[in-house]
Amino acid sequence: MMLDSHSLTAHECRRLLAVGEATSEEITAALLDRVKAVEGRVGAFLQVDEEGALAQARAVDAKRPEERSPWEGVPIAVKDILCTRGVETTCGSRILKGYIPPYDATVVRLLKEAGLVILGKLNMDEFAMGSSTENSAYQVTRNPWDLERVPGGSSGGSAAAVAAGEAPWSLGSDTGGSIRQPASLCGVVGMKPTYGAVSRWGLIAFASSLDQVGPFARTVQDVAALLDLIGRRDPNDQTSLGLPTPIAVPRGESLAGRRFGIIKEYLGDTIQPGVRRIFEQAVEALEALGGRCCEVSLPSVERGLAAYYIIAPAECSANLARFDGVRYGHRAHKAETLHEMYTRTRSEGFGPEVKRRIMIGTYALSSGYYDAYYAQAQRTRTLIIRDFQKAFAEVDLLISPTSPTVAFRLGERTADPLTMYLSDLCTIPVNLAGLPGLSLPAGFAAGLPVGLQIIGPHFSEQMMLDAAYALEQRLQVSTRPPLDVTPAKEVG
Amino acid sequence: MMVTPEGWEAVIGLEIHVQLNTATKMFCGCPVSFGDVPNTNVCPLCLGHPGTLPAMNEKAIEYATRIGLALNCTISPHSIFHRKNYFYPDLPKGYQISQYDLPLAVDGHLDVELEDGSILRVGVTRAHLEDDAAKLVHAGGVDGRIAGADYSMVDFNRGGTPLVEIVSEPEIHTPEQARAYLTQLKSLLEALEVSDVNMEEGSLRCDANISVHRPGTPFGTRTELKNMNSFRFLQRGLEAEIERQISALERGEEIVQETVHFDTGSGKVSTLRSKEEAHDYRYFPEPDMVPIELSAEYVEKVRAGLPELPAARKERYMRDYGLSPYDAGVLSANRPLAAFFERLSTQTGEAKLAANWVMGDFSGYLNAQGLEVKDSAVSVEALAELLGLLAAGTLSGKMAKDVFAAMVETGKGAPELVAERGLGQISDTGELETMVSELIAANPGPAEEYRQGRDRVLGFFVGQIMKQTRGQANPQLLNELLRKALAGSSPDN
Repeated sequence: MMLDSHSLTAHECRRLLAVGEATSEEITAALLDRVKAVEGRVGAFLQVDEEGALAQARAVDAKRPEERSPWEGVPIAVKDILCTRGVETTCGSRILKGYIPPYDATVVRLLKEAGLVILGKLNMDEFAMGSSTENSAYQVTRNPWDLERVPGGSSGGSAAAVAAGEAPWSLGSDTGGSIRQPASLCGVVGMKPTYGAVSRWGLIAFASSLDQVGPFARTVQDVAALLDLIGRRDPNDQTSLGLPTPIAVPRGESLAGRRFGIIKEYLGDTIQPGVRRIFEQAVEALEALGGRCCEVSLPSVERGLAAYYIIAPAECSANLARFDGVRYGHRAHKAETLHEMYTRTRSEGFGPEVKRRIMIGTYALSSGYYDAYYAQAQRTRTLIIRDFQKAFAEVDLLISPTSPTVAFRLGERTADPLTMYLSDLCTIPVNLAGLPGLSLPAGFAAGLPVGLQIIGPHFSEQMMLDAAYALEQRLQVSTRPPLDVTPAKEVG
Repeated sequence: MMVTPEGWEAVIGLEIHVQLNTATKMFCGCPVSFGDVPNTNVCPLCLGHPGTLPAMNEKAIEYATRIGLALNCTISPHSIFHRKNYFYPDLPKGYQISQYDLPLAVDGHLDVELEDGSILRVGVTRAHLEDDAAKLVHAGGVDGRIAGADYSMVDFNRGGTPLVEIVSEPEIHTPEQARAYLTQLKSLLEALEVSDVNMEEGSLRCDANISVHRPGTPFGTRTELKNMNSFRFLQRGLEAEIERQISALERGEEIVQETVHFDTGSGKVSTLRSKEEAHDYRYFPEPDMVPIELSAEYVEKVRAGLPELPAARKERYMRDYGLSPYDAGVLSANRPLAAFFERLSTQTGEAKLAANWVMGDFSGYLNAQGLEVKDSAVSVEALAELLGLLAAGTLSGKMAKDVFAAMVETGKGAPELVAERGLGQISDTGELETMVSELIAANPGPAEEYRQGRDRVLGFFVGQIMKQTRGQANPQLLNELLRKALAGSSPDN
């Protein structure tokens, strides 16, 4: 039989394995072939663990089917921000070049315990700071829908790999939109869970009060299944609660009575006309499914970007202090003093965006500035949380475009950080409020994917996934980018 | 003792760092242990690896609560952690997790008994939890100091040990008071069983904020004095810094706000960091940790579980054992010694005697050999036997001291040593002969009865001698001498 990498959703892999139509090795090999065929153009992977993945797949195949757990043998790839025991983890930074973690992130452990085959580590903006993956110290990742354009970021590798059919699903992380924005730009489904739903142990910290690990896939059902695998309480992370109930695979196709709030503040001029058109079509589709849509105003979200660019840099300035050249990672040579060793190590090891944010954060926390910046930003955060609470008293879910624009050209925004920051205008307030957010492919503008953002109350993931599934079935948006399709492989 | 020059007053506040003796570190499962091979009690978390997150040690919260309660503090129902940011190789995360504006315990006090018997109440501003830094070892320098060292090494075994920092109000005015405060605090912490409180090993550390002024005028500029790692150095360091400040002011110079280091070798203080070089720690709430919420029930449970504290124990010793305030104070300050004393007192029924011996020969022996009570070669039972012999008059005070020394040396029990050495028995023939002849001369009637054949009268004479010698006459020898003397004392001869 032929294994077409794009048809290999996680659920399809599971079915093939269950009925014995394909082995894990065949599926894994098919995906590795796809990686070989397209990586030269896409550049999603920082590391492909071909040998390890095939060995893992063969070990699964050696087990009797009844001994296997449901997802055993299904391949996955993970963002390089997640620690993988014995496998280099760089977080997209030169400062961690050659760093081999002595332990697995909790989510990686959960994947391994579920028997998933880990294909490799995915490219990202350095320390998850960026919206285009152009801040990676290692390589450019290109959008599979247009190789001249960015995949979004910071989880650009995670989105591009899934869009390009190199992996059925993947893990990324989202601090201000780093899952949803690249999902939107690459035309895949991506979800940032409620803060605390997924353990952060082993997730290299950018901004601790905002970071959350989440799934990418080409279908809502796959995203739901992957979220269910990772949404566990973890004693290693005090801020983790786990999901209150297991996530059921969404199947319902009606949204009768479901109330959707359209965030008024995200209908302004910053939204590209093509994006707005697709968003309006999505609203019509929701109504056609029985949903009721109305405009709601969350005035304080307009201050979200400003608050975020104080809080996230402040936290990162402390979180990145440990990269000092003393114990692991890069260390500058020939430094004469301790101070010089620190300065040169960090000057050489960090890229410009990371340095910019460390500087901003250090400044914002400095004596005499704390109240004006950090404390003020936290007060703004409280206002945003209240705005969301008020809105959820009136509607079940909120919707907006995920990104104000479609994928932009490589290099287009690198010279202007503020324009780059605007990419996350609609996603940032969700992190500030600790809410779950999901991006669903809703259509195309000028041939480029446009995502719809669905935001729900804390721990409303099931309701969000159910709504996303119904809309996905209705919209039937293609997830197959016009990359040259590799010859399908004959197996079996 | 230092006398502060006329017209000057020193103002001293102490910051005491107490390493908690929890089984594991503050945020990970690594053992808390002193003296292990460097970098063996470590894990990704306490080495500051990327992606690791702190998981709070509940025992550390309980210990901190105990300390707060024992210092008469209010235990905050809601306290949080902050990050204190600075770069140093002993700080693997690049920040210390500490408490800032919402500490666990606030507004307490410690009543310090001074040498003249008066009580100085020192306010305790706060007691808060934080994690300890790792230990730097400097090689190739003098006295292990960094200055002049060839290179430095980091031992992360200590890193992440839970610490409680106890900050006093600036209500201490002399080095002696500071020493008394620290002494009292140490015995309190010992009683609470929350720390090894060993200054040499660093489980009890002390920094001081010092200024001088003329009473009635505003406080002077203060300096922070570091590196006083013994009671003696605390006193000497404070003396040196107070003298330095006063003479500077008297020369018309200004005191500069700075951190100073006490050099234990030279006895001098030198600048460590000026105010300009002082860190801006950029404190902000630790986002990886949830607040500590302590219910009133929890606090009451901890309070109910507090052991008897030295001040209460001292009262009890005076009341129940009739000890003097001084004796009661000395014994109650040291928990193991107090326990030893109480058992000894119970076993002998002689509280005063037990107190004298525990504070005297027993403590002397421990100090001379540098031993803890638990390491003593003489058990409570063994000492009780010795004191029993002393109380019964079998041994004189001088002999008991000698026997005690022998017990320490040989590990043998008192009765065995007494028998072995014939101690406790008068075996001097001449001495006994004199007593016997005097006794017979004073009792001609019974002597005559004996000669008439009434053998049992011998018992009367034995009893009398025994009474006279408090039972210390060698009975065999005494019998022999009596028979001989009674036979030979016949008026017929």
